[in-house]
Amino acid sequence: MSSDNILELQGLKKHFKVHSTFGRGKTVVKAVDGIDLVVGRGETVGLVGESGCGKTTVGRTVMKIYEPTDGKIIFDGVDITDLKRRDMKAYRSKMQMIFQDPFSSLNPRHTVGTIIEAAYIIHKTEPIGGRTKAIQNLLERVGLNPEHINRFPHEFSGGQRQRIGIARALALTPKLIVADEPVSALDVSIQAQVVNLLDDLQKELGLSYLFVAHDLSVVQHISDRVVVMYLGKVMEIATTTELFANPRHPYTKALLSAVPIPDPIIERQRERIILTGDLPSPANPPAGCVFSTRCWKVQDRCVSEAPIPVQISPNHTLACHFPEPAGKL
Amino acid sequence: MLKYISRRLLYTVILLLLVSLSIFYIFDLIPVDPARLVCSKSCTTALVEANRHRLGLDVSVLEQWWRFIQGLFQGRTYGEGGIKDIYCGAPSFGYSFNRHACVSTIMAEAFPITLSLTIGAFIMWLSIGISLGILAARKKGKFADRASTAFVLIGTSLPTFITGIMVVLFIVLKFHLVNPLELGDWQNPFTNPLGWLRTFFFPCATLAIAYAATYTRFTRSNILEISTEDYIRTARAKGLSEKVILRKHTLRAALAPIVTIAGLDFAGLLGGAIITEGIFGLSGLGKLSIKAVTQTYDLPIIVATTLVGSAFVVIMNLIVDVAYAYIDPRVRTT
Amino acid sequence: MSKFLEVKNLSVSFPTEDGLVKASNDVSYSVDLGETLAIVGESGSGKSVSNLAIMGLHNPTMTQISGSAWLNLPDGPIDVISAPAEKVRRLRGKVMSMIFQDPMSALHPYYSVGNQIAEAWSLYNDGSKRDGMARAAEMLDLVGIPSAKDRVKDFPHQFSGGMRQRVMIAMALVNNPSLLIADEPTTALDVTVQSQILKLIQEIQKEFNMAVILITHDLGVVAEVADKVCVMYGGKIVENAGIDEIFYRSQHPYTIGLLDSIPRVDKLGSHRLKAIPGQPPSLIGLPTGCAFAPRCEFVSQVAGSLCTTQNPDLSEKTTGHFSRCFLEPEQIVTLTGRKASAK
Repeated sequence: MSSDNILELQGLKKHFKVHSTFGRGKTVVKAVDGIDLVVGRGETVGLVGESGCGKTTVGRTVMKIYEPTDGKIIFDGVDITDLKRRDMKAYRSKMQMIFQDPFSSLNPRHTVGTIIEAAYIIHKTEPIGGRTKAIQNLLERVGLNPEHINRFPHEFSGGQRQRIGIARALALTPKLIVADEPVSALDVSIQAQVVNLLDDLQKELGLSYLFVAHDLSVVQHISDRVVVMYLGKVMEIATTTELFANPRHPYTKALLSAVPIPDPIIERQRERIILTGDLPSPANPPAGCVFSTRCWKVQDRCVSEAPIPVQISPNHTLACHFPEPAGKL
Repeated sequence: MLKYISRRLLYTVILLLLVSLSIFYIFDLIPVDPARLVCSKSCTTALVEANRHRLGLDVSVLEQWWRFIQGLFQGRTYGEGGIKDIYCGAPSFGYSFNRHACVSTIMAEAFPITLSLTIGAFIMWLSIGISLGILAARKKGKFADRASTAFVLIGTSLPTFITGIMVVLFIVLKFHLVNPLELGDWQNPFTNPLGWLRTFFFPCATLAIAYAATYTRFTRSNILEISTEDYIRTARAKGLSEKVILRKHTLRAALAPIVTIAGLDFAGLLGGAIITEGIFGLSGLGKLSIKAVTQTYDLPIIVATTLVGSAFVVIMNLIVDVAYAYIDPRVRTT
Repeated sequence: MSKFLEVKNLSVSFPTEDGLVKASNDVSYSVDLGETLAIVGESGSGKSVSNLAIMGLHNPTMTQISGSAWLNLPDGPIDVISAPAEKVRRLRGKVMSMIFQDPMSALHPYYSVGNQIAEAWSLYNDGSKRDGMARAAEMLDLVGIPSAKDRVKDFPHQFSGGMRQRVMIAMALVNNPSLLIADEPTTALDVTVQSQILKLIQEIQKEFNMAVILITHDLGVVAEVADKVCVMYGGKIVENAGIDEIFYRSQHPYTIGLLDSIPRVDKLGSHRLKAIPGQPPSLIGLPTGCAFAPRCEFVSQVAGSLCTTQNPDLSEKTTGHFSRCFLEPEQIVTLTGRKASAK
C-alpha cells in the first residue's frame, strides 16, 4: 500500500435504491459506478462533471456519510470501507468536509464558537491553550475577527459563513478536506477570496483537498490533478495542465469548449462543440460507453462495449475507444 | 394506476381486519364483564355463565372475532341457548341484547343522521373557510383580513359545546327560530328538504364554525405562500390578469393540500360528532356510541361503531390519495 | 434616433424594517432591436429590480419607483413606468417577455407545458384550445425540443432543467415579443446545457430581431453574447460601454477587479487570484461617497479623499464609454499597467 497517498478509491460504487410511488418498481440509481482515484499528500484533486454525474456522491461516500455499495476506500493507508461508526471516529477527525451552502450548513441557533467547539466536544479533544483560544486562532486564521466568536451565523455574509465552515473543518487538524462546491454559492468577487484562502491553508498546513465542483475555471485554478466524471464513471484523469491543454476524451473536450471565457475576442473566434440532448438518467444509463448518446464521435463499438480507463501516459488516464488526437486544444 | 388502487384496496382490507381484531382484544382487556351486567339482581354463577354463552363471550377472543367477521358476510344467529334465537342478516355487526335489535338495524337508523349532519357541515365549512381564506389573502393586512383573523381566533378557540349551547340558547330558545320540540327529529333531506334544514341547519353550522376557522387560516396561508412561487411570477409575466392568475394558477396549487385534510376531517366526522349530536339531541352514530360506552356498556354497538369509524378513515385515506394523484401530475408519474 | 427601450433615471426602492432599500438608483440604459445588452453584477447589486419594474412585475404596494422606461412601439412610444398597470399588463407577453433563473420552479407543476404555452398565446390571439396547443407544439419545436408534438401534453417535471428553460423560452416568445429580458437564464444549468441555451437565444434573437437584456453575474457569458454591457454595483451603474470597451479598456476599478479575480480555463498556471477584498455593500443606508471605495485599491490615488466624501457621476470617459469614477482613463492605464491600446 502506497503511503504517498492520503486517499485511494478502488472500484468505488454507490448505488441508491429508489422506490416509486405507484407500482411496485424499485429502480437502482448507479450514482457512482466503479471509480478509481487517488489523492496524494498535499495534493488537490479536482472532481468535475455536470449535475447527476455522481461527484457529490463520491465526496459523501469518502466521508462515509453514505455507505459504499462496493469497492474500497483507503484513507491514510487504512482500509476504512467497512469500519463502523464507532471505529470511524478516529479517522473522521482526520478528514473533514466543507459544504456548498454556507446558509444552511451552519446551525442558525448556535454561535460561531459553539459550532466550532462541537468538533472538540464530539472528539473529546482539548487543544493546547484551551478551546476558546483555539477557536479564536482558527477564526483569525480564516480571516475573521476573533472577537466575533459569540455571533450567530446570520450576522455574517455568505463569504464569511463559508470561512466559518472552513474554520470548523480545520478545528481537528485534518489531513484531507473534501470540499463540495465550496465557492459556487458565493458572489464572483468573493469566490477568489475563498479560493485564495484554501490555497494558503494548503501550503501552510500541508492539507490535501478533494475538490468537488462543476465550475471548470475554479477547478483548473486550484487543482493539481483533475478527474472528469460522467454518469457515475470516470472519463478522464490527468494533471491539470495536461487535461486543460490536451483533453483526449470527447466529453472533456466538449465540457471545456462550453465554458465561456471572459474575453470577447476569444469568444468570437471560438469553435464550440455543442452537445446535443441532456444527461441520461443515472437510473437507466446507456449501454456501453455512458457518454455514447451525446458523443459526436460515437461508433458501434461505443454502444456495445464500455471503455475501461487506461493509463496512456504517466499523468493521463482515459476511458475512451476513440480518443481525440493528442496535441494542443 | 388501477394496479395501484387494487393494491391499496388489499392493504385497506388487511388493515381493517387488524383494526377489528385489536378492537376485540382491547374490549376483552377492559375489566367489565358484560355477562354479569345483563344479569339481574338474583344472579348466580350458572346464570352468568349462561349469559356468557348467550352473548357469545365464552369462546376465545380470536374465535369471537372470527365469528364476527363471518357474520359480516353471511349474517349470523345470536342468543343461542336463550329464550329464542335471533337472526341478523348480512352484513351483521352483532346483536344488541340491551336494545333487542340487530346492531346493523340500529346503525342504519343512526347513520343517515350523522351522514347528513357531516355532509351539511362539510359543505358549509368548505365554502365559508375557502372563500374567507381567499378574501383574507387578497386583502392581506386590510380590514377583511383582520376580520377573518378574528373569526379564525374565535372559531378555533371556542369548543363546539360552547358554540352549540349558545346556538341552542339564542337561536332556538330566545329567538324561536326553530321549535325546540323539533330539535333532533330526523327528516329525510330528499323527501322533506325544508324540514331537514330546520332541524339540521344549526347543528351543521355549529360543527362547521370550528372547521371553517381552521380552513380559513389554511387557505389564506397557502394562497400567500403560493403567491410567492416563481410560477406565479411567470403567469404574471405572460400578461395574465390577476383574476385569472388567482383562479387558475394560485388556487389550484393552494387548494390541492386541502383535499387531503378535508377528506380526513370528513371521514373522522362520519364516525360521529359526539358533542354536536349530544347538544342537539340528534341520534347519530356519535350519540349511539357514547351511550353504549357510558351508560349501557353495549359491547356489540361499541365494537360496530368503532369499526365503522375507523373504516371510514381508512377508506377516505385511499380516496384522498387517488384524488391527489389526479390533481397533482407529479404524484401520478413518479 | 431613439432605441427600442430607453430607460432613464430609473430608481426603485422598497421600505423594509431595517430601512429603505435603494435597489436600483438612477439607472439609465437603452437597448435596440437586434441588440443584446448585458447587465452584470453580483447578488444585491440591483441588476434585476429595474427590469422587474419595466415588466411591471414588482410589488406595486411595496415599491417606490421614479424615472421612466420608454418602449418605442410602432404606434408611438409608451413609458411603462408611468402607464396604467392594466396597459402595461397588455404589453407583457406580447411586446416584452421575461425568462427567469430557475426553470425548475418557473413553470406551474399542475399544467402541461403545452397548456401553459397555449395560455400565453390565447391571451393575444383568437383561436380554439386546439389551435393553442398546435401553436405550442410549433414553439416547442422551434426551441429544439425533440418530438415536440408528443411532448406538448407532458408536465414540467417530465423535462430536464435545460428542457424546461427551453419551454420557458418558447412560452416567452409565443407572441413574437420585441424585447426579451433574460434574468440569469443559465445560472441553474450545467455548462454544456448553458451553451445550448445561449446559442438558442442568439439564434432566436436574430430570427425575430429582438432586443435582449441579459442579466447575469457571469462575465464569461457576457463575453459570449453581449453587444454592450452595464456593470452594476451597490444599486448603481458603475460602468456602461460596448463589449470590447468593457473587457479591454475597462475604466472602473470594480470592473477591473472583477475581471482580474476570476479564474479562466484558458489561462493555465497556478498564479494567485487577485481577489477584491471586503464585502459588497448593503443597499440600505449606503454611505456617502463611492459605494466601491471601501474595497477599491485606487482610493489613495484620488486627491483629497474625494472617494469617501463625494459620489462620482457616471461620466463619459471616452466616446460611448461611461464610468462612475474620479480617475481618468490615462490614470487607469498607468495604475493598472495596462497597455493604452490593449488589443
